[in-house]
Amino acid sequence: MSTTLGDDWEMVIGLEVHCELLTATKLFCGCRNAFGDEPNTNVCPVCLGLPGSLPVLNTGAVERAMAIGTALGCEIRPSSFHRKNYFYPDQPKDYQISQYDEPINTGGRLELPDGSVVGITRAHLEEDTGKTLHVGEGGRIHAADHSLVDYNRAGVPLVEIVSEPEIRTAAQARAYVAELRAVLVATGASDGRMEEGSMRVDANVSVRPAGNEVMGTRCEIKNLNSLRSLTRAIEYEADRQVALLDAGGTIDQETRHWDEEAGRTSTMRSKEEANDYRYFPEPDLVPLAPGAEWIERVAAGIGPLPAERRLALAALFDGGPTPAQRDQILAVVDLGLDPLLRSATDAGVPATLALARTANEVATDTDAALRLERTSFATLLGLEANGTLSATQTKAVLAVLLERGGGDPGGIAAELGFESLSSGSLAATVADIVAAHPDEWARFVEGDKKMTGFFVGAVMKATGGNANGKAVTAELARLAAP
Amino acid sequence: MSADGRSARRTAADIASAVAAGEESAAAVLDAHLAVIESREPDLHAFVSVLGDEARERAAAIDRSVAAGEPVGPLAGVPVALKDNLCTLGLATTCSSKILEGWRPPYDATVVRRLADAGAVIIGKTNMDEFAMGSSTENSSSGPTRNPHDTAKVPGGSSGGSAAAVAAGFAPLGLGSDTGGSIRQPAAFCGVVGMKPTYGAVSRYGLVAFASSLDQIGPFATTVADAALLLEVIGGHDPADSTSLDGPAPAARSRLGEGVDGLRVGLCAQLLTGAAPDVAARVHEAAEALAVAGARVEEVSIPEFDYGLSAYYLLAPAEASSNLARYDGVRYGLRVDAPDAAAMNRATRTAGFGAEVKRRIMLGTYALSAGYYDAYYGQAQRVRTLVVEAFARAYADHDVLLGATAPTTAFAIGSKADDPLAMYLSDLFTIPSNLAGHPAISVPFGTGDDGLPVGVQVLAPALAEPLLFAVAAALEVATPQEETVP
Repeated sequence: MSTTLGDDWEMVIGLEVHCELLTATKLFCGCRNAFGDEPNTNVCPVCLGLPGSLPVLNTGAVERAMAIGTALGCEIRPSSFHRKNYFYPDQPKDYQISQYDEPINTGGRLELPDGSVVGITRAHLEEDTGKTLHVGEGGRIHAADHSLVDYNRAGVPLVEIVSEPEIRTAAQARAYVAELRAVLVATGASDGRMEEGSMRVDANVSVRPAGNEVMGTRCEIKNLNSLRSLTRAIEYEADRQVALLDAGGTIDQETRHWDEEAGRTSTMRSKEEANDYRYFPEPDLVPLAPGAEWIERVAAGIGPLPAERRLALAALFDGGPTPAQRDQILAVVDLGLDPLLRSATDAGVPATLALARTANEVATDTDAALRLERTSFATLLGLEANGTLSATQTKAVLAVLLERGGGDPGGIAAELGFESLSSGSLAATVADIVAAHPDEWARFVEGDKKMTGFFVGAVMKATGGNANGKAVTAELARLAAP
Repeated sequence: MSADGRSARRTAADIASAVAAGEESAAAVLDAHLAVIESREPDLHAFVSVLGDEARERAAAIDRSVAAGEPVGPLAGVPVALKDNLCTLGLATTCSSKILEGWRPPYDATVVRRLADAGAVIIGKTNMDEFAMGSSTENSSSGPTRNPHDTAKVPGGSSGGSAAAVAAGFAPLGLGSDTGGSIRQPAAFCGVVGMKPTYGAVSRYGLVAFASSLDQIGPFATTVADAALLLEVIGGHDPADSTSLDGPAPAARSRLGEGVDGLRVGLCAQLLTGAAPDVAARVHEAAEALAVAGARVEEVSIPEFDYGLSAYYLLAPAEASSNLARYDGVRYGLRVDAPDAAAMNRATRTAGFGAEVKRRIMLGTYALSAGYYDAYYGQAQRVRTLVVEAFARAYADHDVLLGATAPTTAFAIGSKADDPLAMYLSDLFTIPSNLAGHPAISVPFGTGDDGLPVGVQVLAPALAEPLLFAVAAALEVATPQEETVP
């Protein structure tokens, strides 16, 4: 929800999400598709666009595009490639091979966690460009001394997913991208790393008086590479347009740039300056027509999608999860940690505990979490559930497990000195504290429930948090028993 | 072997069998050809670069293989002249353009690798119209090639350097590329055999693109059998070219010598319309010769061919405008410095491209522009479809078609340089096969009133190379006079 737009205006937002596919090699050559390598090491005559070189389509990229289409409920169709012609130094051939009027996927939908549905117009294959680095004067293009181009990314396969202009708020746009990201990761088509540019979003934003059916003039904001940028840019742009219209002005259709630091959009190029891309059929490639058997095989290889996985987690809670737990489930599935959580619940750990530890502790380091041995995690939570380890101890052992990628939770607890808290020493500690607080003990024995908290707190303090709350309560009850 | 012309004019097949049998060294074969080059190249300028040192190393390696009893290929020790738009690893590949000055490809074209595997010796890179755009080999950054039969005349183009090299005895074999007739027309002008294969029969990987949907690499030779042999060496599926056809190379020599008895030959009116009377007369004589050899010759009219030229001069420039965009000064070749990338790009392209290349880039850019695409590019594609359908109808009643290769014999250097339309008309008879992706061959058949060679063109359906070469061989046998040795 826009905080500033008010009730008189409505946003109309359509998103174009570029997703780098998680293939071993590039779209049209055998070069490695990898992020972060030394510049210009993953290049060959084809992806450098050297004279005489020719593209050969990577079927692995086609399969990932088909997987995306399947997950988004698209029709997977016979398709073809076109050339999109424009000059830019990071575009080796000075044209991009892309799909134009015959995309591989058309007409899908994405249901967001709040139940709203956004239509997908198309999801097509194309190649990425290289990266230009402007050197000198803080990297700004107009003041740079010179520019360097890294072609490692040139020819990396992309799927561009175009939504219908059915998104109505910046928050919904954010939810759409987050859900889309989870779906892309679930299909195995993408790593979804926005911070590495694996997912980049262009937002088409217009505003119109609330209740009006006619679309306003739209502006396209390019290259939004985080959920935060996306939200802020859309809100800024909608506010800008409303202010202009309220002042009696008009919106110029144009492409705009988002300045993250300044927190505002500015003109990149007007409609008049827009490129004429002179699309025409790519004569170096043949049409692509996946058969039904291939489409089915790809579909069969896709694991459960986020919506289904959220339902599966919610079903673990008797009477359904609380709203806070729903948010935690959303986060856990987004991060792909639900298999870890399920390993604990499958081992008999209560869902509430498994969700809390996964969403609160494990999720702080997603990379480590995804490496964590599931059996270690399940065993540890079992020790907490049966009272062997306290919450504090469990968290300490979990931190070590995450660091090491796994291990024996009991052994780690011993390493950390938690072994000394055997029932014998706990009983002694509790007895000492009871003896030191006779008045409070009398009230406890008379049934004053508040005193339970007092004694548990005192024992925790005395043990540096290493005592198990349940065990303390049990010992108190034993002492009070006639 | 001595360095006289007789040695240099032997067929590739003869040379290869002599070298393979150890009767003659590849080095001696090479020396004989280099001697001819030394004597005549200054007058002809067929080559952009003669690769003497590289060729000597290669010939010596082949001789070592022969001596060691190792198998050598079907072109063992045979010198081959390569059009300079075929990439050669580490060796300058210029497309006769200033814009590729200094560029050395880091890879070999597929056909170059196949030549090497067959034991061929690349003797040099031949001159061409810049980026294969032209019909006279005058549009070259290094100056025009001259016709070995008359140095005041053009050799045709754009593969004029390869045609002249084979005609002059610089090499028994040459490779060219044919987008709208660029092998067949210079073959006709230079009195050699030149053949454009079925689209996809020869890999385009490493052929610097002019118009990708029309370009095809093909052979030049002094005999039909040699041309067929060369096609068998370079053809066949290549996984690096997505438009390459599945399967092995066409069995081009499989029907040589079968004759034409019973074949239905369509003498195509549109492939004679506008031809000079002497050229038309040779074509009619060729038709008669085939009839004498047992073919049933009938006149056929294919009116759609008349629209081919217009369609071609939209489609080829449209693709070229995109294919040549990469010469932007950023990564290789010429760079003219300027304050920013866009200005550097403009300055480089302004200085690096010749007038004809610029003309076609402008034409093609216009044809693809928003608002004009359907009227130009779209309409041309529809015409292309009509031409394909017209061919199909003609081949329902005929096995092959016959016509002139070019409307005239070789014209004078400079005579059409300022008249692009007149120049474009040289391609009138060759373009239909490119639009359809069909094979076609030009076979020398007598001379014109000026004493210069005339080429007769045979056209066949896709993948009918064996038939095409069979008819060409029959024409070769029936040629009214001995091959003219320029």
